[in-house]
Amino acid sequence: MFQIIRKQEMAKGSIIRFDITAPKIASKAKAGQFVIVRINETGERIPLTVADKDEFAGTITLVFQVVGKTTALMRSLKEGDLIRDVVGPLGKAADVEKIGTVVMVGGGTGVAILHHVTKAFKEVGNYVIGIIGAKEKDLIILEDEMRAMCDELIVTTDDGSWGERGFVTQPLQKYLGERYDIKLCYAIGPIIMMKNVCNLTKKYKLPTMVSLNPVMIDGTGMCGGCRVTVDNKTQFCCVDGPDFDGHLVDFDELEKRNSIYMKDEKDSLLFSIR
Amino acid sequence: MFEQDIKYLKFKTYLNTYCPHCRNTFNVEKKDSKSLDFKAIYKGQEIDLRLSPFLDVFDVEASVPIAEGDMVEDFLCPRCKKSLISQEVPCGECGSPVAELIIAVYSKLIPFYVCMRHKCKWHGLTKADENKIKLKIPRQEMPEQDQKLRVANYGEVPYGFTSELAALEAGRCLQCKNPKCVDGCPVNIDIPNFVRLIADEKFDEAAKKIKERNILPAICGRVCPQESQCEQLCILGLRDKPVAIGNLERFVADFERKMDLVRVPSIKTRLNKKIAIVGSGPAGLTVAADLQQLGYQVTIYEALHETGGVLVYGIPEFRLPKSIVSFEIDYLKKLGVRFELNHVIGRTITIDELLEHFSAVFIGVGAGLPTFMNIENESLGNVFSSNEYLTRMNLMKAYKFPEYDTPKPRGNKVVVIGGGNVAMDSARTAIRTGSSEVTIVYRRSRQELPARHEEVRHAEEEGIKFMLLTNPVKYIGNDQKMLKGMECIRMKLGEPDASGRRRPVAIDGSNFILETDLAVVAIGTGPNPVIFQTTPDLKRNKWGYLEVNPETMETSKEFVYAGGDIVTGSATVILAMGAGRIAANAIHKKLSEAA
Repeated sequence: MFQIIRKQEMAKGSIIRFDITAPKIASKAKAGQFVIVRINETGERIPLTVADKDEFAGTITLVFQVVGKTTALMRSLKEGDLIRDVVGPLGKAADVEKIGTVVMVGGGTGVAILHHVTKAFKEVGNYVIGIIGAKEKDLIILEDEMRAMCDELIVTTDDGSWGERGFVTQPLQKYLGERYDIKLCYAIGPIIMMKNVCNLTKKYKLPTMVSLNPVMIDGTGMCGGCRVTVDNKTQFCCVDGPDFDGHLVDFDELEKRNSIYMKDEKDSLLFSIR
Repeated sequence: MFEQDIKYLKFKTYLNTYCPHCRNTFNVEKKDSKSLDFKAIYKGQEIDLRLSPFLDVFDVEASVPIAEGDMVEDFLCPRCKKSLISQEVPCGECGSPVAELIIAVYSKLIPFYVCMRHKCKWHGLTKADENKIKLKIPRQEMPEQDQKLRVANYGEVPYGFTSELAALEAGRCLQCKNPKCVDGCPVNIDIPNFVRLIADEKFDEAAKKIKERNILPAICGRVCPQESQCEQLCILGLRDKPVAIGNLERFVADFERKMDLVRVPSIKTRLNKKIAIVGSGPAGLTVAADLQQLGYQVTIYEALHETGGVLVYGIPEFRLPKSIVSFEIDYLKKLGVRFELNHVIGRTITIDELLEHFSAVFIGVGAGLPTFMNIENESLGNVFSSNEYLTRMNLMKAYKFPEYDTPKPRGNKVVVIGGGNVAMDSARTAIRTGSSEVTIVYRRSRQELPARHEEVRHAEEEGIKFMLLTNPVKYIGNDQKMLKGMECIRMKLGEPDASGRRRPVAIDGSNFILETDLAVVAIGTGPNPVIFQTTPDLKRNKWGYLEVNPETMETSKEFVYAGGDIVTGSATVILAMGAGRIAANAIHKKLSEAA
């Protein structure tokens, strides 16, 4: 059993942050790795990326958007409540090294994961440019934390209610046109955003890493449910990823595979409401 | 001379006994016991005779005392008063005439003969005849759930032997002086002795006899491929079907559990040494039980949220009820074995870290990485690895969706690729989800099907179709990237390959499209890379499995042992247990010597 010691609602309650006591995971987790969470006996196993950790307090931070039954149930949990299973850290850690200037692009809940990777890139001494975006002002998360870590930060909203109006690709294009010293791009967010970022950076031949979020069950390489096509080869996101070279990922396939259970998700929610 | 059905007589029970003429019963209830009443002519006088319900001729009561060795002149039915004397059959012991009765066993009516000489040992059969008849007893089948009903539920299919059937089946064993069956068992269970104990109806002792060598008989009795192990070598199998050793093993284990006869042995010595076991599947459980009983403190690390490994995520409920697995795990807990769930070794803790705290580490993580065929469109929606399909259904209990949150994969026309036990499990699970058609596609012919015969038979009974000598070429998706069909090619068998099986060869131009909306790929598994990513100094063979010393199961890293599928590749539960036994002995030896 794993206790929630802190709960914070972000983005009008649609994004939640949990700090969970899990000392063994906290001592191991690196940026980019994830955990599998099962909240109760009848629950499903869902992957959540470790957004941050505190080795000394023995806690890990999980940030999730309420999208389905499990996340809706998680929102109803309070500080002090117990989560049945948390297993990890899983997946390969992000490949962090000092390479000069990097640009970190995040959208929606992806900013939570990006924030952990950004921290790692900053700590080893890179010059970090951050671009984060969301639909509207209230859905922007972790802006202050990102601002503290990034040497430059641009915020965009689709409706222009905060920061620049438009998508994250617009300031990114501007940077790519102006600066030639950017060595790496990290893009984490909705599939469509990662796809667009990759299409853009491909033109500038800028290496781009993305963090994928397919449907998973065990998260240890056992089921193959999380398979993604990278460079025309089948890869298991849970053991070969979750970070991949964005220029080689088949995003369309990922999007389709992630929507297989939409109807079941609805049935499941309806069942629990009844 | 005797009907084949006389076999039932070996077996002692309360029999219903009838007159062969009027078919009235001889059975009467007395205050303290049941017995059989007759009329008899003794020294010209009609007397009452009373036989014990076992038709034991030593136990005769009569209204007039009969001297030992005296002949009774006639046996009469008390109802129809007709003589019961048989003209054809003399007594097998003394040659005297005998009385013929009809007894009913399992709703069958068979003749039974009682010697007219009082206290003659003979009743029914001579010893020589008995042995001849042993060969005539057909192999007993376990009662099973009806074929039509069982496809609508997830309950276990065979009900298991009753104690009567078990004793009858055990009675078939020839008790060979030089038993071959034991050699066929990877853990060398003393098969003839446990079978004899069942024949003597000492079920409790039989269970203890098995447990000397095998801690999980309830599981092995259900999932071992006996037909290629102990039963393959059974001498009786040369002339007839072999003794149903597996079903008997299952029976005694179930008997012991249901009768609450399982006792946890007290551990006499306590060694101040700790052992870590990675993976709570069959190999790990065996090592844990053996070492814990020797006095070590054993901790099992399990990556999933439930213990049992393949026994819980792979094998479906209808083949191995999960309550049995949890019962066996509870037994280990009572022994003092500790379980740590949600620990992925290699990630949460590494092997090197374990070695800092434990005297030895045993790796029994199985071969959990699913293999795909790498054909076109394999990533379409509704193409599953058997691991994913079965993990969803079994471990995550998706068959109870939406009561359980994990969605249940459903298809109308399901195709399962492969011919092993996992393929059968997947197909039989699919038919239980209400699919209208389930087809197994296998590239070789029926003879090469690697699954247990019982699984193939059950699958056929449940209406699963077998498309043999067929291999998928590619999957076809619709515009939603969901599966809608599979292109297949017909195969023929060519020359034998390295495994001795004839190699399947594609027949050019025989391609055809099979309509399907859910495919399960059950073509085997490979080694999971997680442990090796953080422990690079573990030596692996060319297939990626762990290299061990076969005598001790020790890996290239000192004090690290391994066994089960992670060494051999996908194999059976019992082979994993056999490897676990070897490793446990070697660990004990090494640590004792070190001390």
